[in-house]
Amino acid sequence: MNNFSYIQANSAKEATGIRQATPQAAYIAGGTTLLDLMKAHLAEHPQLVDINALPFKGIEQTSDGLRIGAMERMSDVGEHPLVLQQYPAVSESLLLAASPQLRNMASIGGNILQRTRCGYFRDAAFPCNKRVPGSGCPALEGDNHNLAILGTSDACIATAYPGDLSVALAALDAVLTLENAKGKQRRVPVTEFYVLPGKTPQRETVLEPGELIVAVTIPAAAHARRSTYLKVRERASYAYALASAAVGLDVQGGIIRSARVALGGVGTKPWRSPEAEKVLTGAPATEATFRAAAAAALRGAQPRDDNRFKVELAQNTLVQALLKVA
Amino acid sequence: MDTEPKFFETNPTAGVVGQPLNRVDGRDKVMGRARYSAEFNNLPGLVHAVLKTSDVAKGRITGFDTTAAMKQPGVLAIITHQNLPKLAKTPNDAEGKKAIGAPMGYLPLTDDQIHYAGQPVAVVVADTLERAQYAAALLKVQVAAEKPLASYEDPRAQLFDPTKIQDGKAQAHVVRGNAQAAFAAAPIQLTHKYTHATNHHNPMEPGATTAHWEAPDRLTVYESTQGVTRTQKALSTMLGLATEQVRVVTKYLGGGFGCKGSCWPHTILTVQAAKFVGRPVKLALTRPQMFTSMGHREDQTQTLRLGATKEGKLTALIHEKTSTTSPWDNYAESNSKIVNMLYECPNFEASYQLARANVMTSTFTRAPGEAPGSFAIESSMDDLAYQLGIDPVEIRLLNYAEKDSSTGQPWSSKSLKQCYARGAELFGWSKRNPKAGATRNGRLLVGWGMATASYPVHNSQGTARARLYADGHAVVQSGATDLGTGTYTVMTQVAADALGLPVEKVRFELGDTKLPTAPNSGGSVAAGTVSSSVYMAVQDLWQKLIKVAVLDKKSPLYRAKLTDVEAKQGRLQLKADPKKGEDFAALMKRADMADVEGNGQGRYGSGYEDAQAAANADPAKKDEAAHHSMHSFGAHFCEVQVDPDLGTVRVTRWVSVHGAGRILNAKTARSQIIGGSVFGIGAALMEGTVRDQNLARYTNASLADYHIPVNADIPDMTVEFIEEHDPYINAMGVKGIGEISTVGVAAAVANAVFHATGKRVRELPITPDKILGTKSV
Ligand SMILES: Cc1cc2nc3c(=O)[nH]c(=O)nc-3n(C[C@H](O)[C@H](O)[C@H](O)COP(=O)(O)OP(=O)(O)OC[C@H]3O[C@@H](n4cnc5c(N)ncnc54)[C@H](O)[C@@H]3O)c2cc1C
Ligand code: SF4
Repeated sequence: MNNFSYIQANSAKEATGIRQATPQAAYIAGGTTLLDLMKAHLAEHPQLVDINALPFKGIEQTSDGLRIGAMERMSDVGEHPLVLQQYPAVSESLLLAASPQLRNMASIGGNILQRTRCGYFRDAAFPCNKRVPGSGCPALEGDNHNLAILGTSDACIATAYPGDLSVALAALDAVLTLENAKGKQRRVPVTEFYVLPGKTPQRETVLEPGELIVAVTIPAAAHARRSTYLKVRERASYAYALASAAVGLDVQGGIIRSARVALGGVGTKPWRSPEAEKVLTGAPATEATFRAAAAAALRGAQPRDDNRFKVELAQNTLVQALLKVA
Repeated sequence: MDTEPKFFETNPTAGVVGQPLNRVDGRDKVMGRARYSAEFNNLPGLVHAVLKTSDVAKGRITGFDTTAAMKQPGVLAIITHQNLPKLAKTPNDAEGKKAIGAPMGYLPLTDDQIHYAGQPVAVVVADTLERAQYAAALLKVQVAAEKPLASYEDPRAQLFDPTKIQDGKAQAHVVRGNAQAAFAAAPIQLTHKYTHATNHHNPMEPGATTAHWEAPDRLTVYESTQGVTRTQKALSTMLGLATEQVRVVTKYLGGGFGCKGSCWPHTILTVQAAKFVGRPVKLALTRPQMFTSMGHREDQTQTLRLGATKEGKLTALIHEKTSTTSPWDNYAESNSKIVNMLYECPNFEASYQLARANVMTSTFTRAPGEAPGSFAIESSMDDLAYQLGIDPVEIRLLNYAEKDSSTGQPWSSKSLKQCYARGAELFGWSKRNPKAGATRNGRLLVGWGMATASYPVHNSQGTARARLYADGHAVVQSGATDLGTGTYTVMTQVAADALGLPVEKVRFELGDTKLPTAPNSGGSVAAGTVSSSVYMAVQDLWQKLIKVAVLDKKSPLYRAKLTDVEAKQGRLQLKADPKKGEDFAALMKRADMADVEGNGQGRYGSGYEDAQAAANADPAKKDEAAHHSMHSFGAHFCEVQVDPDLGTVRVTRWVSVHGAGRILNAKTARSQIIGGSVFGIGAALMEGTVRDQNLARYTNASLADYHIPVNADIPDMTVEFIEEHDPYINAMGVKGIGEISTVGVAAAVANAVFHATGKRVRELPITPDKILGTKSV
């Protein structure tokens, strides 16, 4: 790790101000992503701005839905009664993630901004377009068993967000509140927050330099109350998803009134699937419908040598998740 | 807690040996008082070293830019191939390698060549760890990179016949009978390929060295090693010092699994760094460096051809192995040994092929050869069982080896039939559905599998010293290592029983070349050899006291014949008339002896429970013993539940039963078997290091990405031992259990997966991608 200075910010204004003065500075919340990156020389920051004292706290009902402060911890949110009752997929996505120790440290804002687990990105000795634009992408012809099959480009095939929470948030129409140095706030749906790699895989979100995540708001809905998150991984716990599915259904009289579907572990960003939702909406809640929806969700998949299995796995994951809430 | 082990009868004489005694060092460990090799921080002027390693896997160093790094405060030295203090010998030539006992025929920093990714190219020393790390980051290495070769699977790889493997320790070709002809004539012929991913040991404690030159000709090294003596020899040879001038200390070890069985480059580099800066230097490998510093289990493919009669009797086994090795060494685990001896089979043939690649030399990894070898033979035996409609246990009994087919020798002891029977009973095997893919638990497929385990008792020697004080306390010593498995504890038990003292009055010391020499703790030899040495040392001490007694007019034993006197529970007495005798303390007091010391060498022969103890341990018995084949045996039974949609496999039940001679401590032994089984389940289901095929660098060198089992992957495990008395192996009748615990485990899991799904997976690890598609099977 390189030397850095450390300062604690007491207000959003102070935090964004420091970032403006020192553009290379970084915010630190739980530090569970950032410090790993710094120790491996994947990110180098001369200054860290501790944002844990910012008032981005609270889990409360608002007219727009449940508002969760960006500084809330994964464990607190995952175990919160309102989240458990109204957004089971969100609770499950949090509690199936990482380990208890990490969940106790990690913030919601930090989770949304975690970085890919592509092994080439994670080791500064490798070339990697995401880390060093233009250096190449060894994963294309290399070890890509845990990388994406949807939304890929010739420049990058990583699941830029490898985690769980944002998959559930993308499915349930969550909206992020962001704040910039001028104190101006804007609202961005999670589905629009992440961007495809295209030719610029180094750019992963629409977050502007220095902008803070203040909160995430998840609208109340029948399909949110009847939602689930299914995660498939190589060991029973403490592993990233090979494939995951966040789904919510509103079924009445056997017919699906509304459906929400997002996939994790298979897209270069949390993969909301309007194609699957279209097949589901208005159709009977049967396995046949779910299979058709899964096929629609994966239609554009572009697998490679090591991750070909994900085409089948993602479909099965989605079907099993839908069966759970049917 | 029902997992608390019950004491079972392995100990006919009432005593503490065999009892589930808590670890004598447990308290020190949980209190943080146990000092590991990177924790000797009080050395005067101790400074810190870090390794700078190569990004690329092949090339030549063309220069260093040390300016920025050297300018940093606290930086003391940057050592490269340009200024490494000269060594008397290096492993870079065959003679040097042999003299040193080096695991790898190349020492980094001896020239400008780069042969593998992660190879050390510089050692940076600074007054604090953080400053050393920072300076290492600032150090720039200029490299002319070349295209590397990653493995035997690369089409450019050149396979060759090594004639000898394991550094010349084992023959690559083994022929018994005429396996080719027998296979060709066999009515049942099975030919299958088995692949095994690269595995890394990753003990909890990384490799670590603290080197202290106390004088120009006196070096003390606190080292994370499985054998202080082997390290002492390696270092003194490289440095050109007398053996005695190098002291190696390993008081506690946080696991090893074989990667700490040899003296790897970082150790001598730390020693040289300490010489360079003239201060004690400490170096601890980082977790990523653990993937490129201490060897690994090599990536490999085995082809096994099995010929059998229609009744299921084996007639031929032909084993071929292809694996990756380093640019210098011919290392391959000898998988074929277990294939050769596990069953009765008149014809056998084995051969090996290697390919050189840009990777460091692989090394022994828990049950080297036996673990992957058993995966091949035990999967194929399962195939045979299904093909003929014979129960998997039955097919093994049908081919039960009454003697060792590979040598023709009788077994020194073998309880495998009891292991099968007891394991089957504990597991409920009789309720098995003979049909594969036919048992369900809701959506999940349920499968049962089993496999045989075996591991040899390696020939080894050790020494120990016992000192009994007149006040009834004793100190017993042997330069062995406790890998964390319980050596301190079991040796305390053995000494306590032999001395007739309560364990609290006995202190056992180990892990120092100043103590009597013991073998490396590897190959499951420590428990048997060291316990026998301890036992013999105490017998020596009693003989000395008996001599004093028979010459002492005041002793009830005055003028007794030496051979008529025995020591029992700390009392010297006549064998024929036990009432006639006295306590050692009384005798020592009268004779004004402060203490008495005995030395012992662990040897063949039965002792302990036998009245003839010392006599039976006569070296003359060695020949008789040597005419026996000595192995531990066991059986694993496994239940898995497979999700056919998601491809996940979870082990849901586990039973292991072993016959491994005398069990010294029911609790630590059970823990060993559980640990080995978990180790094997890891290899079976998730462990695999991936080397990028173009760049020959690992893509998952961290414990977040190299998966090992977590608690949720492991069910409650049932472990039992068959009571076994082996009169040949050593004075304590102990066979060792460190490695057998993992042999056969991967096959038991794979066999259960087959039973669950009807799909035979022959590629380890069995990750979801290999299970998917079973729905249509
Ligand atoms: C071994 C391991 C396993 C893991 N497994 C999983 C898993 O299975 N599933 C999963 O979902 N996640 C997993 N994670 C990731 C973990 O959830 C994230 O590391 C964590 O959520 C990050 O939160 P943090 O508060 O520690 O972020 P930090 O490390 O403090 O910050 C991360 C990044 O976000 C920025 N940042 C943080 N907060 C804000 C904010 N409010 N506004 C703007 N920028 C901000 C920081 O500047 C930094 O760039 C795992 C992590 C590890 C180390
Ligand atoms: S997939 Fe993306 S993150 Fe991985 S190496 Fe290629 S560019 Fe880098």
